[in-house]
Amino acid sequence: MVKLTIDGRTVKVEEGTTILNAALKLDIHIPHLCYFEGLNEIGACRVCAVEVKGKEQLVAACNTHVTEGMEVFTNSPKVRKTRKVNVRLILSDHDCKCATCARSGNCALQSLATDLGILENPYINVAEEKKWDRTYPLIRDDSKCIKCMRCIQVCDKIQSLGVWDLSGTGYRTTVGVTGNKTMEEANCTLCGQCITHCPVGALRSRSDIEIMFDAIADPDIITMVQIAPAVRTAWGEEIGLAKEKSTLGRLVSAMRRLGFDYIFDTNFSADMTIMEEGSEFLERLAHKDKHDFPMFTSCCPGWIRFARSQYPEIVPQLSTAKSPQQMFGALSKTYIAECLGVDPSKIFSVSVMPCMAKKYESTVPDMASTEYGQDVDLVLTTREIGRMIRADHIRADELKEEAFDEFFGEGTGAAVIFGATGGVMEAALRSAYYLVTGKNPNPEAFKDVRGIAGWKEASFEIEGIPLKVAVVSGLRNARELILALKRGEVKYDFVEVMACPGGCSGGGGQPIHAFEEMAEERGKILYGLDRMNDLRFSHENPTVQKVYEEFLEKPLSEKAHHLLHTDYNNWDSKK
Amino acid sequence: MSRLDFKTRDRAERTVEGLYRDLERRIIASPPGLCPVDMASAFLKLCHAQTCGKCVPCRVGLGQLENLLQDVLSSRRREKPVTLDIIPLIEKTAQAIYDSADCAIGYEAANMVLKGIKGFREDYEEHILHGRCSASIQKQRQSIACVELCPAGVDVPGYTSLVREGRCEDAVKLIRKDNPFPTVCALICEHPCEARCRRNMIDSSVNIRGLKRYAVDNAKNVPVPERMPPTGKKVAVIGGGPTGLTAAYYLSLMGHQVKIFEKREQLGGMLRYGIPSYRLPRERLQEDIDAILSAGVEVETNCDMANEAATDAIRKEYDAMYIGIGAHIHKEIGIPGEYSRGVISAVEMLRGIGDGSMPDFAGKEVVVIGGGNVAMDVARTAKRLGASNVSIVYRRRKDDMTALPEEVDGAIAEGCNLLALKKPARIEANADGVVQRLWVKPQIIGTNDNAGRPSPVDADLPEEEVPCQIIISAIGQATDTAHFEKLGIPINRGTIKAQSSSGIDGFPGIFAGGDCVTGPSTVIAAIAAGKVAAANIDAYLGYHHEIEVDVDIPEPVIEDKPACGRIDLKVRLAKDRGGDFMEVEQGMTAQEAMQEASRCLRCDRFGYSAFRGGRTSKW
Repeated sequence: MVKLTIDGRTVKVEEGTTILNAALKLDIHIPHLCYFEGLNEIGACRVCAVEVKGKEQLVAACNTHVTEGMEVFTNSPKVRKTRKVNVRLILSDHDCKCATCARSGNCALQSLATDLGILENPYINVAEEKKWDRTYPLIRDDSKCIKCMRCIQVCDKIQSLGVWDLSGTGYRTTVGVTGNKTMEEANCTLCGQCITHCPVGALRSRSDIEIMFDAIADPDIITMVQIAPAVRTAWGEEIGLAKEKSTLGRLVSAMRRLGFDYIFDTNFSADMTIMEEGSEFLERLAHKDKHDFPMFTSCCPGWIRFARSQYPEIVPQLSTAKSPQQMFGALSKTYIAECLGVDPSKIFSVSVMPCMAKKYESTVPDMASTEYGQDVDLVLTTREIGRMIRADHIRADELKEEAFDEFFGEGTGAAVIFGATGGVMEAALRSAYYLVTGKNPNPEAFKDVRGIAGWKEASFEIEGIPLKVAVVSGLRNARELILALKRGEVKYDFVEVMACPGGCSGGGGQPIHAFEEMAEERGKILYGLDRMNDLRFSHENPTVQKVYEEFLEKPLSEKAHHLLHTDYNNWDSKK
Repeated sequence: MSRLDFKTRDRAERTVEGLYRDLERRIIASPPGLCPVDMASAFLKLCHAQTCGKCVPCRVGLGQLENLLQDVLSSRRREKPVTLDIIPLIEKTAQAIYDSADCAIGYEAANMVLKGIKGFREDYEEHILHGRCSASIQKQRQSIACVELCPAGVDVPGYTSLVREGRCEDAVKLIRKDNPFPTVCALICEHPCEARCRRNMIDSSVNIRGLKRYAVDNAKNVPVPERMPPTGKKVAVIGGGPTGLTAAYYLSLMGHQVKIFEKREQLGGMLRYGIPSYRLPRERLQEDIDAILSAGVEVETNCDMANEAATDAIRKEYDAMYIGIGAHIHKEIGIPGEYSRGVISAVEMLRGIGDGSMPDFAGKEVVVIGGGNVAMDVARTAKRLGASNVSIVYRRRKDDMTALPEEVDGAIAEGCNLLALKKPARIEANADGVVQRLWVKPQIIGTNDNAGRPSPVDADLPEEEVPCQIIISAIGQATDTAHFEKLGIPINRGTIKAQSSSGIDGFPGIFAGGDCVTGPSTVIAAIAAGKVAAANIDAYLGYHHEIEVDVDIPEPVIEDKPACGRIDLKVRLAKDRGGDFMEVEQGMTAQEAMQEASRCLRCDRFGYSAFRGGRTSKW
């Protein structure tokens, strides 16, 4: 243990603790900007610079370890002066048009400058905008980039893709696409982790809000929206709603106010996915000689893009099942339209997703199973739906909870955990057990695959069939798992992959918190919803049963194949 | 008003003088990976500040050149995207300034721009066409200059910080991760690591080699790491010099079965047969060799592999082969009389000494021809062998010598005469064919050659005689490539043609490195080649063994960095050392080492390395 004083107060901390974390133990909050614990501890912004007694020069609190007897001052005159100069310098290289910035109100730099009371800046502003295709799902505005390097770090360390790198040298150093490539050539998975780790508005996802408002306003269009599981854990964050008020019922209510005609739950189609994917897995197991193992889940489009660009040879091992978003989309313009008695050509099928890659997924040419355009016409992120609620000045906290529209708002506990890492695996195993044995397992029987760990494995036995499964989230973990498979170090029957760490609850379309990871906390909400649900098995979803009875016959039927499955080999990822 | 004033400098002038020196040192410490266009623009701004303002080309022209370079860098000109047309405009402007400026302040500034356009035109074009630096510049980013400039990539900040904590054993372990010759390099490395040390920005580079020396002098016995499980693969190493021993060491640690075939009686190559023991005592060389062999390397000495049968046998029995035969044959002087008795080559002489046969120069006058480190070595050795007079004949100036300055100074201090600007013309022998004197033609230093080095030309002076009984030629070595040429291995200008991976085109499984590939070079370059070869031979054999070390590197001490003098190593007094073969140099005291180690700025931890390109913990 190391003893030191910070601002005159004594604290004892473990050896190797940073000054910043030691100060936190005393509830002393040293301001910082580029720092992100565990990911980016590079001392680049120098906002966290503090004074150490006896030393002339300041040190970065974020990456300097404490030493015995050290005396630190976090608000000495020198620190205050230096901090303000550095923030002003950062502002001089930042497009400060806050009113028209996606991150206004949720910007680490804006709040820092406000906290410090910076009302004028003697330095000339040198921020310059660079060209960027504004129709691409991922948008980077160089004039807002503060070169904190977080995007580079997250893409490299967490996702192992290295899409971002430094570009330019010397004072013109900024962030750009690695190797001077274009975004299309960079094999970006569109996971959006760089966006959710950006402290300012330099990275954002394309806003499709105007298209949505236009569709809502058009009397000839019937808007039909589905809400993904992970959205319910986070939507309130975007509009500053208290946690206990941020219920799904209030989201439905707010969306009804926005004017959506039909509001449904992606949980319904998540249960469909389990039926199809679970059956497919059992089918592959029954013909083990014809298939390579493990089978991989396919509901994450970031993962699909990754697999296609990095390891095309494993694409045949992906489940052919479409994602819940796309199953819902395919059914929206067929069976659902029929049930509701509406003209499918008038349906504008929308999804609210915790994800940016879903914007890409919905546009894949193969994702048009009817003659009425794409199965999903528009994808909105959790952030965008929050923005729409704010745009219409809906005070969600004053709303009463409302239910989904009939039938297709029905989802089980197995579906809701899709939004957390391990959830798809657990849901699939619950139903696979039923499909093999004809009876339900204990719903908690497969909980070994839960938890925030990036690479989990578990072994189960169903009717004497031993199953070895693995769950990874974060694409570096996915890469390591694939390499371990190739080297023969591990062997699995079934693997769930989610591109974002922690799964969809930590998705790239979720509300942004500049200094913390939210996936674990949000994931716990989903497991709570699972526990509270009377139905915890996808095969028990009455709407799912109805769809098979009235429309699809059975899982993997010809019709199901046409509507609910796809060949991932045919996807075009260069978009 | 006085008629004349004695000039004194005011405070501003003195300060600016100091800043000039700061800037000189700063330029020395330029890290790799800077944008050349950006640097050209920055230099130009400096040049422009020097203008007196009298002449148009310099006063106005340099400023306009600056604007044009800025336009290139911003890729915009007058609010419009810049086009490639700007290059001829820059050239035309710079040429006009070069051709018409009245003094060097103007025309040399323009000349720098012209050189740049020739030297890194593609960087100009990348900025103009795409508004960015070329990808190769981006890739070079690496801020730890010492590690980057060490051919073997030794973790310099790592071991200096360990020395500072008194952890000399750990320092040796850490060095061995990249270089199995810590002791040899502590004593005789040319220390390219020190060239761009960031400490130059404050005062002067850290004495890195001195700190390494402190580590090896004070480390107790440090065992080598455990071998990885045997792979059953066999690798033959031809040549037991630094490159062969390095490759053998790492390949053996990786679990391969390695055997070195050495032509001479003992291992060490040029370390034993080229470097005198007063610089590298044999027992210190043996420390490293013993450690290397303790990694499980087999050795066969007195084994000449330069015949077809032997090579065939190796190719049959072994899975891979590394050729590291060095450069052990001498080059001819090319003047009349060179075959007289008493004319010997430096390599021959040092080779004999390496095996313990000391020539007797007692009372003789010796002439050494050459200006490299080998010339200094043989001159100082001749002195120790009793020569009454040793003259070093060199056709350029002292400053042009390729030998390290401390070696030249050492030779002079020990009483060797330096005859600079003398070109050997002919050797005169007596009737028995024994050397009597060397005739030299005085030179005058002239204009620069293509490589920017001043060339000597004949002076208008008559030839001079240097009486002598022994002439030692130290004008370079070459490799005996004849045998390998017969096998079809590609040869380029007397050296084996290997790729940067040390593989040889068309000969899978055969690798080569060290002096036999690069021509005579430094020991650390040979070590680096051995390391590269080990990694690529391992990969060729189908493995990916990684060499790493279990040593934690101390966190930097939080401290200010006031300017502080560099501690140089002391040497024994010339009068004491001139007559013996005992080591000349002396290591640092603990007090000195602690202070010197504290001068390291820990570039592994501060600056760019805090983000990227920091420690390479394994390879």
